Amino acid sequence: MSTRLEVRKTYKLFIGGAFPRSESGRTYEVRDAKGGFLANAALASRKDARDAVKAARAAQAGWAGATAYNRGQVLYRVAELLEGRRDQFAAEVAAGEGLRAKEAEAVVSAAVDRWVWYAGWTDKVAQVAGAANPVAGPYFNLSVPEPTGVVGVVAPQRSSLLGLVSVLAPVLVTGNTAVVLSSTDRPLPAITLSEVLATSDVPKGVVNILTGRVTEVAPHLVGHMDVNAVDLTGTVGADGVSWAELEATAADTVKRVVRPGGESEPDWTVTPDGPRRILAFTETKTVWHPKGI
Amino acid sequence: MTIRLFVGTMPRMTHSATDARTASGPAAGEGSTGTVALHHTAGTQASGAEIVAQAHHLTGQATLDDAGLARYLRGLPGVDKVGADGRAQMLGTRSIKTSAKAWALDATVRMIDLTTLEGADTPGKVASLAAKAKNPDPNDPDCPRVAAVCVYGDLVPHATAALEGTGIHVAAVATAFPSGRASREVRLLDTREAVAAGADEIDMVIDRGAFLSGRFSAVFEDILAVREACGTGPDRAHLKVILETGELATYDNVRRASWLAMLAGADFIKTSTGKVAPAATLPVTIVMLEAVRDFHRATGVHIGVKPAGGIATAKDAMKYLVAVNETVGEDWLNPDLFRFGASSLLNDVLMQRHKLRTGVYSGPDYISVG
Repeated sequence: MSTRLEVRKTYKLFIGGAFPRSESGRTYEVRDAKGGFLANAALASRKDARDAVKAARAAQAGWAGATAYNRGQVLYRVAELLEGRRDQFAAEVAAGEGLRAKEAEAVVSAAVDRWVWYAGWTDKVAQVAGAANPVAGPYFNLSVPEPTGVVGVVAPQRSSLLGLVSVLAPVLVTGNTAVVLSSTDRPLPAITLSEVLATSDVPKGVVNILTGRVTEVAPHLVGHMDVNAVDLTGTVGADGVSWAELEATAADTVKRVVRPGGESEPDWTVTPDGPRRILAFTETKTVWHPKGI
Repeated sequence: MTIRLFVGTMPRMTHSATDARTASGPAAGEGSTGTVALHHTAGTQASGAEIVAQAHHLTGQATLDDAGLARYLRGLPGVDKVGADGRAQMLGTRSIKTSAKAWALDATVRMIDLTTLEGADTPGKVASLAAKAKNPDPNDPDCPRVAAVCVYGDLVPHATAALEGTGIHVAAVATAFPSGRASREVRLLDTREAVAAGADEIDMVIDRGAFLSGRFSAVFEDILAVREACGTGPDRAHLKVILETGELATYDNVRRASWLAMLAGADFIKTSTGKVAPAATLPVTIVMLEAVRDFHRATGVHIGVKPAGGIATAKDAMKYLVAVNETVGEDWLNPDLFRFGASSLLNDVLMQRHKLRTGVYSGPDYISVG
């Protein structure tokens, strides 16, 4: 019997709905928790980040313009497809994070549930965070949360799927688009998530995922003048990165910044206590409307 | 015929788009080779009769009727389409970095004909465009000015008023732009009105229907007549002839139309109106540049080239600059002989300049409209 040649997968970036290699042509080795070889992933450069921001900007108006109900349906469909890739995710999480099969299964379940939890917020967040303000004049005065625009996300380094979902989903809920820098050492679940997003109904460019070194790409992403907000949660535990320096860079262009919660990564298994992360990437629009005479 | 040569530091030429600040010496990145920089203006000051005489001489035809012109134009060597596409592809791969990139970005700004050609144009839109032409990047006083502002004929007075004394030219599209489908009288009147209103550059369209059906003499006479309508003497309006290459179907036709326009006295040949797809492409521009190069070898006259439409990024623009340098040479790398017809290109070039200056990627939120 002839031996079958292995068909190996090329792990690539996810930019504007396509899967390009890094513009730089570089790759790096991804190893499992025990140090064994897993894959060669694309090593993103600052130019890949620039291209991703361009794609995210192009997609932003369309995604924000969709009705909240529609965004909820699209995000829920992503959860359906995540469920379909359960085994692949579980295997990648187990290998990358050094978990037993049972534990990895639980992480995948939690990630799918987290995605559904955020999907449900799309058409509710305006009721919770919006308000009809009493004003001293003959006006209706209404405040509503609006998406801030393009958000750069440094995804958690340790929790490569549940952590990623927990930071990405809230960005998308209100109509922001995202450029995600995945966990450097554990990028495989992020790459698989990009394959899920590519085959779901999420418009191209709404989510862009880069794999590579945080030290190299994050400063350019944070400094990019066309990025409106950054989530620095994943800088905890990333080599040679100071979130305070990144925050100072972000201040040059008055970006919204979500700082890491503490010295170590938060416990992602805990259900969020509210739409805090969603509202971190919104602007409040207030409308004054004259009352009829 | 006389060819006017200018040394870079001589008094200001009669029709120069070179900014006074940069005309006095080599631009950054150009380097000093020890040779004297020569500046050429596009076209000649020849009279209509001299143009016709030269056309007789160049074509070797006793009569410049349809048959005579057809014999000459169809006798031009054919263009190898695969070769031209391949050459364009190859030239597009050149890597332009650091100081050369900085030079190319500034040169691109100086070569731009900042254009608005919409039915919805208003005096206000033209005023904001003129403001942007004068001061493209308000945050950077070193940013050069564009070469010209290009508008429809009826908006020329507003453009001239806003740009008076700046050295920025006012270009008007005339001759029933973009189709050219009007009687010759109407098209000439269109031209004369724009010139009278102060336009010092006229962008005319050729009658593509006539060209494609072999009525070459009609096209030749049209161009000659519009050239006359542009005035005489050193201050006459410069004539750019739009070939609308997107409607010419083949590269052979592009080469023939280029020659026909140059024989009839065009100062510039321009690819497109921007209203027809495809607009400017790199291979088509290379074919036109080759025609310009051959015309220069035959006559010593420098003809300008203006790709227009669809060039939206600094990266694209640099590919064109490479093609110019490789096809006709450095002489043409100045706004008197090469222009970009563009509306959104300037914004991308400004963002790239910002990136080069600060190391930070810029965004459209930080660029003024217009």
